[in-house]
Amino acid sequence: MNVDIVVPNQTRYLRLIGNIAEQIAKELDTNDHDPDMLAYHLNLVLTEAVANAIEYGGDEGPDKTVKVCLSIEDKELRIRVYDHGQGFDISSLPTPAIDQLNERGRGIFFIKNIMDSVVYHPSEDGNVLEMHKTLK
Amino acid sequence: MKLETQTHSGQVVIAVKEERLDAHNSSELKDRILRVLEEGGRRLVVDLADVKFIDSSGLGALLSGYKNASQRSGSFILSGLQPRVRSMFELTRLNRVFEIYPRLQEAISSHSVT
Repeated sequence: MNVDIVVPNQTRYLRLIGNIAEQIAKELDTNDHDPDMLAYHLNLVLTEAVANAIEYGGDEGPDKTVKVCLSIEDKELRIRVYDHGQGFDISSLPTPAIDQLNERGRGIFFIKNIMDSVVYHPSEDGNVLEMHKTLK
Repeated sequence: MKLETQTHSGQVVIAVKEERLDAHNSSELKDRILRVLEEGGRRLVVDLADVKFIDSSGLGALLSGYKNASQRSGSFILSGLQPRVRSMFELTRLNRVFEIYPRLQEAISSHSVT
């Protein structure tokens, strides 16, 4: 299954993206995950990734978009989220420390916690946050 | 964003009447908390009973409220976390930072002036 979604570069569409993620989660064939928790987790991953793409993609505007590509093949879930901003170094992001109480910096932490692998790199379509998870 | 602010037993209760607390609306909650503090509120309860989904920016808005209240020697507590929402606090260990009550009434009575 392949699903490509293009939404305007505006946070008001996070709810839509999250709802789509939850619907896709319900279609997944997996024994090792509580369906409701998997739905929440996919909602969270897509919400965080698209919110990052909007933030790093520069100013919000009707002509700017965020592209999300989901694919599921043989229990392999792959999610790619593209942005056209200047990018960031994903490896330099620290794990949030409980004693520092930073208001930011937990989005990628959530994604890394939920997905099996996360990489961020330039591509022909802009920067891409590429996430992978094996469903058992 | 739908936020309801009421005073109960000397405490200001901000009820988040939304299913999602995310990067789209969390700054409004952050601003409302700050305004309550600037207006002199010192004992705040944020009721999340209607919230089914929270992301990192929602947690950030609550942390901002906690820090701003602490700086003013105020109290800042949470109530009504649904299980999925609570799991996000546990994943980030923020359940050790916030004082959390299952229900609003328990949060109010725990900090009532006697």
